[in-house]
Amino acid sequence: MQKIGVFVCWCGSNIAATVDVKKVAEVLKAEPGVVISENYQYMCSENGQALIRNAIKEHGLTGIVVCSCSPRMHEATFRKTAESAGLNPYMVEIANIREQCSWIHKDIEEATEKAIILGRSAIAKLKLNAPLTSGESAVVKRALVIGGGIAGIQSALDIAEAGYEVDIVESAPTIGGNMAKLDKTFPTLDCAACILTPKMVDCAQNENIDIMTFSEIESVKGFVGNFKVQIRRKARFVDEKKCTGCGVCMQKCPSKKGKNEFNMGLNNRPAIYIPFAQAIPNVAIIDPEQCLKLKNGKCGLCAMQCQVNAIDYTQKDEIIEREYGAIVVATGYKPISLENFNEYGYDTYKDVVTSLELERLMNAAGPSDGHLVRPSDHKEPKVITFIQCVGSRDTSGCGKPYCSKICCMYTAKHAMLIREKYPNTEVHVFYIDVRTPGKNYDEFFRRAVEQYGVDYIKGMVGKVYEENGKLMVQGSDLINNEQVVIPSDLVVLAAAIEPNPSVRKIATMVTASIDTNNFLTEAHAKLRPVESPTAGIFLSGVCQGPKDIPETVSQASACAAKVVGLLSKDKLKCNACVSHSDEMLCTGCSVCANVCPYGAITYVDKEFRIGGGKTELRRVASVNEAVCQGCGACTVACPSGAMDLKGFSNKQIMAEVDAICKR
Amino acid sequence: MQRLKTAMIEKATALLTSGEVSKVLGWKKGELGFDVEPAVFTSVDSLVDFTYDAFCGANLSKYLVEESKKEGKILVFLKPCDSYSFNQLIKEHRIKKENVYTVGIECQGKVDPYKLKENGIEFVTDASETVDTVTVNGKEFKKEEIILGKCLTCTKKLLSYDDVISFNEKREPSLDRFEMVKKLEAMTADERYAFWKDQLSNCIRCNACRNVCPACTCTKCVFDNDNSGIASKANSDSFEEKMFHIIRAFHVAGRCTDCGECSRVCPQHIPLHLLNRKFISDIDRLYGEYQAGEDTESKGPLTNYTTGDVDPSDVFGGK
Repeated sequence: MQKIGVFVCWCGSNIAATVDVKKVAEVLKAEPGVVISENYQYMCSENGQALIRNAIKEHGLTGIVVCSCSPRMHEATFRKTAESAGLNPYMVEIANIREQCSWIHKDIEEATEKAIILGRSAIAKLKLNAPLTSGESAVVKRALVIGGGIAGIQSALDIAEAGYEVDIVESAPTIGGNMAKLDKTFPTLDCAACILTPKMVDCAQNENIDIMTFSEIESVKGFVGNFKVQIRRKARFVDEKKCTGCGVCMQKCPSKKGKNEFNMGLNNRPAIYIPFAQAIPNVAIIDPEQCLKLKNGKCGLCAMQCQVNAIDYTQKDEIIEREYGAIVVATGYKPISLENFNEYGYDTYKDVVTSLELERLMNAAGPSDGHLVRPSDHKEPKVITFIQCVGSRDTSGCGKPYCSKICCMYTAKHAMLIREKYPNTEVHVFYIDVRTPGKNYDEFFRRAVEQYGVDYIKGMVGKVYEENGKLMVQGSDLINNEQVVIPSDLVVLAAAIEPNPSVRKIATMVTASIDTNNFLTEAHAKLRPVESPTAGIFLSGVCQGPKDIPETVSQASACAAKVVGLLSKDKLKCNACVSHSDEMLCTGCSVCANVCPYGAITYVDKEFRIGGGKTELRRVASVNEAVCQGCGACTVACPSGAMDLKGFSNKQIMAEVDAICKR
Repeated sequence: MQRLKTAMIEKATALLTSGEVSKVLGWKKGELGFDVEPAVFTSVDSLVDFTYDAFCGANLSKYLVEESKKEGKILVFLKPCDSYSFNQLIKEHRIKKENVYTVGIECQGKVDPYKLKENGIEFVTDASETVDTVTVNGKEFKKEEIILGKCLTCTKKLLSYDDVISFNEKREPSLDRFEMVKKLEAMTADERYAFWKDQLSNCIRCNACRNVCPACTCTKCVFDNDNSGIASKANSDSFEEKMFHIIRAFHVAGRCTDCGECSRVCPQHIPLHLLNRKFISDIDRLYGEYQAGEDTESKGPLTNYTTGDVDPSDVFGGK
């Protein structure tokens, strides 16, 4: 006979304000098998847990149902509580009467009824629970960082400093990411290269760090502590080990029409190139789209000039497999495409540029050697107009609904730098709001307005058109309540940023969740901001949400701390809720193995009695419990119902559904 | 057709005589002419009952699940449609390939005995066929008037076998197989419900559809398993019993080769294949055209995840 205890939590007023918790406890007490039903203000508090422990001991409970918040919040807490009172931790069921009930209902009667139903359903499931024990698995003491921008670099450096091996996989030919393209950084205006490139060099020199550039993640298998990752090392047609980065090949290459990616396509580069002077690794790469030798076999000049025979036109993509205990996603961002914003004329006028392009135009290593000129005629602009929130805070569907967070500050930076270096230039900024919270940020913005005389206009721009060789920026000035048209020489668009598109594929591979804007979701918005809900996957930088450099670096270090915490463990407890196959039902059809994302299912030939003293050999599925993560994909794919999940059996789920439907 | 049958018997005789196979899976003549049934022949002498004619609609591949477990190699004749089922069963490890010798044979559509009856023919005394016509008891029919529904839309081809017997006489399909699916999709939900309620209410749960289906080869079917919670779920509403067909369609989705056996054997003439075809058409639309059983290795679109997979709501709406 089961003895079930029900514990209804108020969660302060979170639940109690919309659910009559006393009534829930009272009604559930009448359910068959329930011997005690209590309610308490904070069940997760020490007093609440003591109440549960005492009840388990006093009544000899065989299982408990806690009606409280989501199991993702406190299931682990209550399992520990049960265990400390001598009950198997898997004899605990959570009825989520907060997220799935009190928070979404307004009517007390309705919410109370639903809470009772959810409680009944948890009791129905608990009655079919069986005690489970979990195994252990070892931890591979090596981390993978996907993305070699400032976020990935910082995470990798911190992990390596703690003494663990770490690999950086970067899709571009060099690490450095977007930060390497910036000119100066707010709010202190130190040069981006001066603070970033030493970190890049640190990465290259650190014995614990292995940098794989021009490489992509091909597949990820496994689970926390034991990921198996295939990495595609794309052919760069230059032997990384031999190339010294002397650059002679770049000078000799006759094909010089490739768009220079590092300079945002503002100038050209040769077919063989080193992305920029401080690139890490300082190794050339051949663009097969541009290379005459690779395109039609005629040329080979670079190979002839190379003193160390590093050029290899026959190089192929190579796939390597490595094992990791933890994975850091640091895939960063890109500015959005401006195809939905034709009114600003980005595609029409050469002198309408994005802020990131402006960074290159102002950078000493940029296409104009740091001399700010218009892309169209290489003349110095006299009037520059900035348009903020291009695609940010946009609910029309053309852009992004969120604030990109960095644009107010970098626009103030641009305006200030221009006024500093070219005092005769007129600078206007159209803005919706200026948002500059942060240490020394508002002071920075005020300096732009008060000391440097930047003209801030509150209002949005309707269109940009050309008239008499000027770019006419037509917008509204909300403070003066008038329409303004500013004849400009250069227009700079503060384009919204979005997660790097590769993040979707990576999120799928590592089974991390992603929100509607393609930002990776953290395990808890406030309390676990650098962890993904998927164990062993950590989030660093803008892939989780818009951030500036100081914030990115803090998050990257936080992320590294979490990784180090994981890698420092020798063993991890496995999930006890694993699947198993009923061999009497299994037909060996392989459907479960096809859908298993962890490769936990193999097949064995077993002898079975078939009656009449005969036996037959049948192929049946066998689950490796140390590898199974209990996702349940096999249980739904199995046509004969042979696959089932411990702790979430088909019967238990049906019992829950029946309990909900029962009137 | 006669020369095909002769060639098949010659092949069977040769393989039985040489000892390469010990059994032959083919079709056996019936008493009424059209009541041909699948049969295993174990000797050259027994081949006297062997037939291959316009009435051999039955799909032989499922019989191999049991036959291939037994000792000795078995020769099987596979029409194009049977071959897809055969491949799918190989893929699912249900047939022991090493115990089977496959011979592909061509087919120009098989006669529907019910259509014969509608034309007043109760039994067959003699029959012959060309690519486009069948002559039964001296009466000539155009193929599209008399062949099985599944044959009217057939686009299946001969695949790869140990051997092939073919005279390159192929019949082109008369209808688009998704025509009726499109009509059903165009209906309102209420109309569609009424259609299926009407059709499925004829079901007598004889299980013929399940028993003949080459995708239904579970050791123990969920409907025969009291523990599955499905076997006799709700008897409160007579229609709920008919959910059997919908559950079955879900179970075979992505694995159904559209062999059409379910509808062929249904004594109540329920167009069961339409449920499967709806799934096939949806799978094609979501994941690109896919023909189950075309090969023995590929993962079916429903049991394979690629990062290029679409969200169904992007195609069908409903977000």
